[in-house]
Amino acid sequence: MYGWEFPPFISGGLGIACHDITKALIEFGVEVNFVLPNFPSNLENKSQVNIINSSKIKVTRTDLLERKNSIKEFLNFYGIDTILSPYITEHEYLEKLEAIKDFSYFEESTNSYQLNINSNYGPNLLEEVSRYAFIAGFIAQKLEHDLIHVHDWMTVLAGIEARKFSKKPLIYHVHALETDRSDKSALNINVFNIEKYGLEQADKIIAVSYYTKNKIIENYGINPDKIHVVHNSVSKEKVTTLNNKIVTKKDGEKLVLFLGRVTYQKGPDYFLEAAAKVLQLDKNVQFVIAGHGDMINKLIERTAELKIGNKVRFTGFLNRAEVEALFQAADIYVMPSVSEPFGISGLEAALFDVPVILSKQSGISEVLHNSLMVDFWDTNELANQISSLLKNPALEKQILLGAAKELQESQWANSARKIIELYETIIKGTLKYA
Amino acid sequence: MPSICFYFQVHQPKRLRKYTIFDINNSHHYEDETANSQIMQKVANKCYLPMNQILLDLIHKHQGHFKIAFSISGVAIEQMKLYSPETLESFKRLVKTGCVELLGETYYHSLSAVFSETEFRRQIRKHKELMLHEFNYETKIFRNTELIYNDNIARIAEDEGFQAIITEGTEKILGWKSPNFVYKPVSAKNAKLLLKNYSLSDDIAFRFSNQAWNEFPLNTEKYSSWIYSLDGNAETINLFMDYETFGEHQWQETGIFEFMKVLPERILQHPSFSFNTPSEVIQKYEAKDFIASPNLISWADTERDLSAWMGNHIQDDSLEKIYSLEKRVYNTQNNNIIETWESLLTSDHFYYMCTKYFSDGDVHKYFNPYNTPYEAYINYQNVFTDFENRLIALEKANLKKAKFIAKKPSSLNTKKVLKLEKV
Repeated sequence: MYGWEFPPFISGGLGIACHDITKALIEFGVEVNFVLPNFPSNLENKSQVNIINSSKIKVTRTDLLERKNSIKEFLNFYGIDTILSPYITEHEYLEKLEAIKDFSYFEESTNSYQLNINSNYGPNLLEEVSRYAFIAGFIAQKLEHDLIHVHDWMTVLAGIEARKFSKKPLIYHVHALETDRSDKSALNINVFNIEKYGLEQADKIIAVSYYTKNKIIENYGINPDKIHVVHNSVSKEKVTTLNNKIVTKKDGEKLVLFLGRVTYQKGPDYFLEAAAKVLQLDKNVQFVIAGHGDMINKLIERTAELKIGNKVRFTGFLNRAEVEALFQAADIYVMPSVSEPFGISGLEAALFDVPVILSKQSGISEVLHNSLMVDFWDTNELANQISSLLKNPALEKQILLGAAKELQESQWANSARKIIELYETIIKGTLKYA
Repeated sequence: MPSICFYFQVHQPKRLRKYTIFDINNSHHYEDETANSQIMQKVANKCYLPMNQILLDLIHKHQGHFKIAFSISGVAIEQMKLYSPETLESFKRLVKTGCVELLGETYYHSLSAVFSETEFRRQIRKHKELMLHEFNYETKIFRNTELIYNDNIARIAEDEGFQAIITEGTEKILGWKSPNFVYKPVSAKNAKLLLKNYSLSDDIAFRFSNQAWNEFPLNTEKYSSWIYSLDGNAETINLFMDYETFGEHQWQETGIFEFMKVLPERILQHPSFSFNTPSEVIQKYEAKDFIASPNLISWADTERDLSAWMGNHIQDDSLEKIYSLEKRVYNTQNNNIIETWESLLTSDHFYYMCTKYFSDGDVHKYFNPYNTPYEAYINYQNVFTDFENRLIALEKANLKKAKFIAKKPSSLNTKKVLKLEKV
């Protein structure tokens, strides 16, 4: 399995999903080697998963030069600009590698290189991704395996590279797509192309929702028969019950929560517009925007413009314990995403007995029927739903009652079972590989 | 000589328009006329008009040997008048043949029988007047909303002058007894009870086009053989169903119209069988036994109870709130307020809030304007809030008037007293 995040090394949503899926698979007896771009030695792997750190893999100079062509072919094809640019000579390439001290060093004794891959989504992400893919080939050669399972575009090139050596089938697990993350005009064409190439190359695709499956079909032109839907779930282990006072509520005051990256994809601006509309009718409500992202400043300005600064709170980035404290304090959780492949946080909120308002443009709305659903752009309707929930305790009661039942049914074990079924059909099947 | 007794239910609710918190106190317009008119016209074209014509032809063809009964809600009649007058006319033509009986029900197709006896009686009378006015027909048999029934409802219906009540032939009240006889409610003095044969009714209403059914396809030969098999063991076979079965629930393409065109002829080939209206059935046959039903039953879902309309938090909250206004609404003596309140009692509003099968994705889908029961609740609550605010405003205005009127004579009196004192 190839992944870009795994807690405690980067605990984003993708990392948590990868962790929980892997854990459930292992419980069913699946043997998983989880390849990460990096895993700093000061961190402790608390899971049962065997983690393989790509940055610790030793590669000889000859191998390095031989293999770089395979990745180069792809990058060349899409014109992606990295140091693997087709126009540089081999000598120049090695020179460049060595010049960037951070990411490689040469070990005299073994006459081999170690590439230090930095996975922090920095400006050199594409290069990191290609180096990671490059290493994946070596790993696939050394480690015995029946299947290659990759998570999102950062690792799909690695999967394709691995398949070249091991000839094992490739599953591309789609947690998010570039077309979710950005508006059409702001699409990162390199990422889109890697996704498209990966989706075409993969033997099977797992989509986290029917919503995502449709996006893969519509935006990437992929054959629907190849795509299997396996919904995410939520881990029922709460980290803490500490009385963490992130926010204070006045007597009788209600708290409406937005939580997530403050970016275009998550729709925090729609949350703010709806907040202003709710506040016109009901002053005893506090709106909290928890998370960080490139839209923060714009939102703070807009809050001032709407003159609701005293009712809207920005918390910045929160750790896990703080997130849970906030869920405990919240009366409504709103997820107004413009495009949400799944949205595990909605299930988390329900776990804390918080009624949820979901964007209709989300995968979780296929799982959590006991919620209110709204088109992300319809801020009037969002305000309507928030106000109605605050005003009518019967509505909250009924939603929570239904959601509790759905949460019982939503288990990672069920997701894992579906994945294993797919594994088995692939292994038994007569798929032909590249 | 068993009777075949057909009764068809005709009802269309007045659906509410999308009404948000921003409409509260700004607009008192609650109804979705566009949707209601579209649905009425669609159902008229697919079901009411073609099926009425088929029934009219059958009545003419069989010269008094083919008979049926209808129950048409007041809200359905109101909407026919507005959106499909030709439908109302065609029902009138049917009634004029003398082979069609009309049944009594609540005008607003409400659950008032469960929540308010006074309102229940008012709606029964309002519907009775409507039938008299529109069809010049006096209803004698009562069928309650969704065949909701218990001993108390039977008692009230008899007290309102009905000779018999119709309900579901469920084992819950029948036990081992057969639905194919006339009975008597334990709570009635003389009124009788007619029970739906749900097996034979649902063969037509629900299973007719179900390809997974082992009796599919159903033809008149097969169906009449089932009916014939009851000869000697039945006095009345009560086939009760929604009228929208014909052309709506079962599309024209399923062959349902052709089936109904041939069925009477087929059944009448057997000399023992005849078609009778509910009124004829209760004249023809004595009650076989008493039936007790202390608990509420209905014809809905597999549970045959009221769980489609009440029992979850949002349904109970809505029902409690709307029925709690009854006295205050009538105290205003304002017809607009009274009629608006009554139309908010229509059972469909609460049906849309049903969460019973919701998680299975199997919602009560038929012409349901809402995606989720929660949406239905939010919309209803918003309308309710506006309505309640109007009621409060009206009460305040009336109180002012009353004070003003009360003041005047009293001030005059004091003057008189003063004068008297001076004298």
